[in-house]
Amino acid sequence: MSDIAIRVEGLGKRYRIGARRERYRSLRDTIADAARWPIRATQSLFSRNGGNGNEENTFWALKDVSFEVQRGEVVGVIGRNGAGKSTLLKILSRITEPTTGRAEIHGRVGSLLEVGTGFHPELTGRENIYLNGAILGMKKREIDCKFDEIVAFAEVEKFIDTMVKYYSSGMYLRLAFAVAAHLEPEILLVDEVLAVGDAAFQKKCLGKMRDVSREGRTVLFVSHNMAAVQALCPKAILLYQGAVKFGGSSVEAVTMNLSSDRQGTYLQRNARPDGTPTITLLELTRVECTDETKVQFRMQNQGSGAARCSIEVKISDLIGAPIGFASVGLLDPLSALDLRAGCEEFLCGVKLPRMARGIYRLTVQVAKPMVQVLDSASEGICFDLDPRLPSGYQRVLESQWGYGALELPLDIDRAPVESPGKEPTALSLREL
Amino acid sequence: MTDSLHQLAGSAAGSQSARALPVLIIEPSRGWVSLKLKELWEYRELLYFLTWRDIKVRYKQTALGAAWAIIQPLFTMLVFSLFFGKLAKMPSEGIPYPLFSLAALVPWTFFANGLTQSANSLVGSSNLITKVYFPRLAIPISTVLSGVVDFFFAFLVLVAMMLYYRVMPAANTPWLAAFLLLALATSLGVGLWLSALNVEYRDVRYVVPFLVQFWLFATPIAYPSTLLPEPWRTLYGLNPMAGVVEGFRWALLGAKTRPGPMLAVSSFAALVILVTGAYYFRRMEKTFADVV
Repeated sequence: MSDIAIRVEGLGKRYRIGARRERYRSLRDTIADAARWPIRATQSLFSRNGGNGNEENTFWALKDVSFEVQRGEVVGVIGRNGAGKSTLLKILSRITEPTTGRAEIHGRVGSLLEVGTGFHPELTGRENIYLNGAILGMKKREIDCKFDEIVAFAEVEKFIDTMVKYYSSGMYLRLAFAVAAHLEPEILLVDEVLAVGDAAFQKKCLGKMRDVSREGRTVLFVSHNMAAVQALCPKAILLYQGAVKFGGSSVEAVTMNLSSDRQGTYLQRNARPDGTPTITLLELTRVECTDETKVQFRMQNQGSGAARCSIEVKISDLIGAPIGFASVGLLDPLSALDLRAGCEEFLCGVKLPRMARGIYRLTVQVAKPMVQVLDSASEGICFDLDPRLPSGYQRVLESQWGYGALELPLDIDRAPVESPGKEPTALSLREL
Repeated sequence: MTDSLHQLAGSAAGSQSARALPVLIIEPSRGWVSLKLKELWEYRELLYFLTWRDIKVRYKQTALGAAWAIIQPLFTMLVFSLFFGKLAKMPSEGIPYPLFSLAALVPWTFFANGLTQSANSLVGSSNLITKVYFPRLAIPISTVLSGVVDFFFAFLVLVAMMLYYRVMPAANTPWLAAFLLLALATSLGVGLWLSALNVEYRDVRYVVPFLVQFWLFATPIAYPSTLLPEPWRTLYGLNPMAGVVEGFRWALLGAKTRPGPMLAVSSFAALVILVTGAYYFRRMEKTFADVV
């Protein structure tokens, strides 16, 4: 007995380009086409690809995608916009047909491409739970059983007999997610549904997702939220331009995905016409990884000048989690700078503590301390940090391990070894 | 945390593997496909909920509510009685003209509304079609089925009219169910064709009102089909609604002419429309989500 839940072999989906333009073919076009049919038919008889349309006018949203998902695995699907994530999910949930290839799914599939699919504003919360449940593939009996649970999860007890069009958007989303969260198929396909509600509810959703994975169900989870993918999915598939670029540990996949869309080490912008200070140039000049790690960059500021400004540097990891902050003038107002009118260049350096090997992102901003950010250059200047192996070390900390970016010094004081016979056992027992 | 998830997922996988699970194969389909009626049956609860939704929502936030189900055939009947009955002195097989036309208008309204609404049903449910899988046939079917409730209300008015005119129901009344079924099949058949066409060609939206109007006059509603001589009368049954309307008059009001041969032709025509509609629908189904 195989333990495979999803097997995908050579899956491809072709769309016609320009399908959007002629999205609604009018009957006239078809009649005109039909009139020209004898000619085309003769043409296609002699040219091999006549029937399938012009290759130039087609576009493969998904091409030759193959992978396997074992039963009970939680797998993230990541990639940039247009990489084919949603198309893959749509094919697996049978919403659209593949053009080539095949997929095998062992078990009942529940797909969540959107929360609240089929919710009707004119129906009450109670009615929508039943309707939405049925649309997602639940049986009425199942919904009856879980009704109270769903209502409690969504925290809408008081309004369950109110039409959902009178719900606040938060309540609406909570109810929608609650129904979806109580689906119990063996295989769950989820697309970006966690991005709903306030922070507290999001936490609850993530918790629910975690429960789902603990119950041993197979989950395919598409998301742009790299942190969520890393937290929920041990494994991930990285799609790039319709093909699988990487399949394996989610930490590696996320890193690969994020490092593929970093924009380099150079940033140039135009000064704003209203004369407010603008960072017109930001260039990473040096990353030193000697005994002391140091990042240096060049910055140009242009504008009509401003008094008492601060320059602030933020360093974050690729997922966007902040790691450190450095400034001149924000915490120490006395050293704030007076920016000159016109173009001015600064050379800046940030000293870093011992950090994990990986890629980090640099953001620089110019601000009136505690008043107003005048300009922020955050368009993804990235730098690689490859720390030297310190003496006495066997390996360096990798950011891929997911242990964080900072390597902290650990001091250990060993308690002196006690000489035997001084009844240490009694002491430790009492401590317990 | 990643590590612990790893272990948990792994251990749970072992415990589940014992059960036999259904296997689903997803492949590009080629040529004509089966109707998958069995799958549709498995989704009967969804069909029920969609129908129920359509019924519940139809008259929400209207001032007159379900009265709309009655107003449409009733007012048409008044207009017909005035112009065709009183002024044009249209023959009505010995039945009072208002009753004669209403007995036809009640099933006609059911048919016409079912057709119009199912033709727009797929386009109107694009949010469902692009987001979740279920047999797409459920959408037009539930739309047509939800019209049965309206039919029931209108039928009550017809009964009230019969009481008013002191017309006893004929002995053939049980046949009404069969005629309603025939109207339903026709409505659904045409609805399937139009809804599938509407996904790709939005022209359908403009064709439908015209089609309904045309069909209204091509159906013996304002006039009896006995105006036609015999071989033509049977052939008239190619319009299934002619059979339905004549059937209603015969079963309920005891109109003298038995619509036998005409009904056979009508049933056959309705069946052809329904089956071809269903196959066409299924064939187009795979592109719905991409095109709608």
